[in-house]
Amino acid sequence: MGISILTVCYLVGSITFIIGLKMLSSPVSARKGNLIAAAGMSVAIAGTIFLYKDDNGEPLHNYGWIFSGLLIGAIIGTIVARKVKMTAMPEMVSLFNGMGGACAALISIIEFGHAIDHLKSSTGIEVIQTSYQNDFRIFLLICCAGLIIGSVSFAGSMIAWAKLNGKIRDFAFKGQHLFNIFLLLVILGLASYLIGSLPAGGKMIFYLIFVLSLLYGILFVMPIGGADMPVVISLLNSFTGIAAACGGFLYNNMVMLTGGILVGAAGTLLTILMCKAMNRSLKNVLIGSFGAKTPATQAGHPAGTYKEISVSDAAMVMSYAHKVMIVPGYGLAVAQAQHACHDLEKLLENKGVDVKYAIHPVAGRMPGHMNVLLAEADVSYDKLLEMEQANEEFPGIDVVLILGANDVVNPAAKNDPSSPIYGMPILEVELAKTVIVNKRSMKPGYAGIENALFFQPKTSMLFGDAKKVLQDLIAEIKSL
Amino acid sequence: MGNILTWIDHHQQMIYIVVLMVFLGIEVIGRVPSVLHTPLMSGANAIHGVVIIGAIIVMGRANQDNYIALTLGFLAVLLGTLNVVGGFVVTDRMLEMFRKRK
Repeated sequence: MGISILTVCYLVGSITFIIGLKMLSSPVSARKGNLIAAAGMSVAIAGTIFLYKDDNGEPLHNYGWIFSGLLIGAIIGTIVARKVKMTAMPEMVSLFNGMGGACAALISIIEFGHAIDHLKSSTGIEVIQTSYQNDFRIFLLICCAGLIIGSVSFAGSMIAWAKLNGKIRDFAFKGQHLFNIFLLLVILGLASYLIGSLPAGGKMIFYLIFVLSLLYGILFVMPIGGADMPVVISLLNSFTGIAAACGGFLYNNMVMLTGGILVGAAGTLLTILMCKAMNRSLKNVLIGSFGAKTPATQAGHPAGTYKEISVSDAAMVMSYAHKVMIVPGYGLAVAQAQHACHDLEKLLENKGVDVKYAIHPVAGRMPGHMNVLLAEADVSYDKLLEMEQANEEFPGIDVVLILGANDVVNPAAKNDPSSPIYGMPILEVELAKTVIVNKRSMKPGYAGIENALFFQPKTSMLFGDAKKVLQDLIAEIKSL
Repeated sequence: MGNILTWIDHHQQMIYIVVLMVFLGIEVIGRVPSVLHTPLMSGANAIHGVVIIGAIIVMGRANQDNYIALTLGFLAVLLGTLNVVGGFVVTDRMLEMFRKRK
């Protein structure tokens, strides 16, 4: 009876995950979808705790440990997720993803430990009866897969988190990609050896695989440039999904299997969609890091002269324009300037200026990052134009105000084949009549490339922190 | 070779599920507008927190005197819960903002 109810719980869980993901596809139903998936998850977790019985019909024990883990995790998780600033969202997703990966790896480690204990051999796994060997091999295969994928996802996510946080910088040594491939081959080789020949020192090999997988995760993400971090997080997200699915195979557990594979497939597709938005292949993102190519391109761009504009002039230009297009970028996010931006928009609208936002799919640090930020500031949904729409409108725009965006408006992507971002679709702001660029300094953007846009005659630079500049602009426009 | 075939035979239901889920995952995500990509990634992130169930099982089956397994299992439950709870709360916070303007 209990087991049948548990089956129903898992069925409910699986269905809510699918419905939840489906409902996330529309802004109207998205929040409900998330709650439905969360409810399904709660049902599956509660069912497991109270109804699970192992192969011998024994229920779970150690409830004290389980509940304290759940309680502490839930409290910390809620507090951290509630307190995190909207700008730090990508880091947060990466961090939580890493937790999931670590969880999957730990499960494999513990299950492996149990299996070894079960065989009553402290040195290795050589004493196995032949009849049991094949099942054991399959078990090891799943264990190793969960261990490797989970560890890579954990270590990689931590590096991605630290990178987005600014705690560590890009790091690459000569021949790192070859070394990474070599390392991966070593890991896979060790795993096949372990599974294939069940050697005497099996225990050590298993732990060696664990350590090497962590190392691989670190080295895998280290050289990838910050601009590509969203792609990497999405990829690691799908890794963790697959690691969770390994758990599903291990326990014959349908909800883990469906949830894991669903996320694995969806995450992979999302990764590919993101690469497409940047007009690059996944291989290119993972192997051809931005940083490595930078010196060559910088030499090709002689720094020209740029002109600055004062806040009062910028305020004047914008209040007498008919149509203003705001291009937000990471600078807006860092400065937490979304509310000031919305205030400026309202002020200009009251003066009869038509204000819209042009959103590049990879502006900021994650797809949709800008949408989330502007949504937080109550900017109306229909004021946000996607790249194609915005590019159609630019010729009719009087003033483009760029707030801390750089690479997504860099014309080099269109007309300089030697540029590392060549081929990436951009917002064609130079089609507008005037362009005002707000940046903190003339330093190149995240991809480390000079931007010829800043040196064009129609472009004026408005230096300063995005929030401060916007507040000054608002004050100036009010006093006009 | 024979082992693998036997295994496939014994687990054919699971294999069918895997294949169908791959297509379903692609199909469901394919229609998500780019504005919802960040919440979607976060939501998917929360869903793979289902790995917590494995952690609970492993924890619940550990021997009371096996302190290594207990500690690691506890850690797994803790991390898995962080993934689930944090993931859903963060997603909800993002989506809350989208809804306000409707």
